[in-house]
Amino acid sequence: MSTSSAARRVFAMMLRHLYILRGSWPRVLEMAYWPAVNMVVWGFTSQFFQGHSDWVARAGGVLIGAVLLWDVMFRGNLGVALSFMEEMWSRNLGHLSVSPLRPHELVAAMLGMSLVRTMLGVLPAVALAIPLYHFSLFDLGLPLVAFWVNLMVSGWAIGLGVSALVLRFGLGAESLAWVMVFAVAPLSGIYYPIATLPGWLQPVAWALPPAHVFEGMRALMIDNLFRWDLFSGAVGLNLVYLVLAGALFLRTHHVARRRGLLLNVGE
Amino acid sequence: MQDFALQVDGLSKHFGSVVAVDGVSFTIARGATVALLGGNGAGKTTTLSMLLGLLLPSSGTIRVLGEDMVRHRYRVLPRLNFSSPYVDLPHRLSARENLTVYGHLYGVPHLKARVGELERALELSEFLDRPVGKLSAGQKTRVALAKALLNRPELLLLDEPTASLDPDTADWMRGYLRDYQRASGATILLASHNMTEVERMCDDVLVLKGGRLVDQGAPSALVGEYGRATLEEVFLDIARDRRAETMP
Repeated sequence: MSTSSAARRVFAMMLRHLYILRGSWPRVLEMAYWPAVNMVVWGFTSQFFQGHSDWVARAGGVLIGAVLLWDVMFRGNLGVALSFMEEMWSRNLGHLSVSPLRPHELVAAMLGMSLVRTMLGVLPAVALAIPLYHFSLFDLGLPLVAFWVNLMVSGWAIGLGVSALVLRFGLGAESLAWVMVFAVAPLSGIYYPIATLPGWLQPVAWALPPAHVFEGMRALMIDNLFRWDLFSGAVGLNLVYLVLAGALFLRTHHVARRRGLLLNVGE
Repeated sequence: MQDFALQVDGLSKHFGSVVAVDGVSFTIARGATVALLGGNGAGKTTTLSMLLGLLLPSSGTIRVLGEDMVRHRYRVLPRLNFSSPYVDLPHRLSARENLTVYGHLYGVPHLKARVGELERALELSEFLDRPVGKLSAGQKTRVALAKALLNRPELLLLDEPTASLDPDTADWMRGYLRDYQRASGATILLASHNMTEVERMCDDVLVLKGGRLVDQGAPSALVGEYGRATLEEVFLDIARDRRAETMP
């Protein structure tokens, strides 16, 4: 198998989803709509807190930054899971599974589409925060790339896990795409330090990559300090979770071939 | 030594205690058109799925175009294709977009020209740029056939290729497949309930019942063997276990 053939197949799968986006402006608008609304709500909340809280006042934009970065993870997860479920909704999995497309190439295309969807969803909200609240996420500089990539990879891991469950249990499990990522939210320290959590829950939070990212974001915005320890913790954990989620998806695909699930893709 | 497109030996598939396919063995010569017949639940779709690699066999071996389908399916997948009314193409994409995506997946050279060829041959022009979800059943079937022929497959597996087509379109479709087979030398294996179609198109017939291969041969030979006038009557004899009564 040549690398160029594999790249061509990944491109073909991304093209399939880009055709859908090109043909449906409401979908593109919807992708950008929720992050923008979320950002506006938290922007006003942040403005209110700045006048009533020393902690928030010290770090202008910490709440807006958190909500925008949380959306990176949320959209990263949805980008993977929706790309996969689109194949199930359209009953196209059978055709794909007898084409030369390998399962890992399907995964690569899902991750690629997640990147596109996340950019389309979050960047307009990031841009809107500049005139509305005089907060630019880009002021974070290079660390923004570190935060963005880490959170998107966390979203990918969840999205792959959800896709595996949907493949195994059918479209009846599709709501997991929205539910699973919110199960992680309370432990991620998006809007508050991990130290706020009960002591027994803190080790669980530290086992999740987003906790390291959001603590790192606060360290940068409040103390002007890029915490390499938190960054490396997030990278290491993300690698573990992404490998595990990828392996789960590929294993489930194999099980689906054994059980005949690739043709029976309904609820 | 004869060159086989398909060699199946002792193929079985169990789903828990349910035996869907039970020790099926057959070979199909290159360039032949063969039908897989059987009533509902006979094991046709399960067998086709295993031949395509969609489903892993519980036991037995499958060699497609000389390759072991279980171990080396990705070597052979670019050389075959399939179509089924039960597996859709993405509805939101136009027929042209679907063909473009699948053309890239199959690595079809000069893709635009190939899509143009199929557009003319299968008379797709009128609806090529319409979303597949808005096409009639006959138009969808033609687009699915175009997808199945994109890579000029050496082996074409068709699940009920003329189901849901009106008699005129179905006849046109059979004619097109026959011409394609003659021109390309491809092997065609089709599952069908349409006995007239099978008699007209196929060199050989494999009859499945209860997951087992219960008979095989040329349609005319089977008709003679069972002492019947049509293949449909033979099918009914097999389905209703009447062979013993009808045999001389």
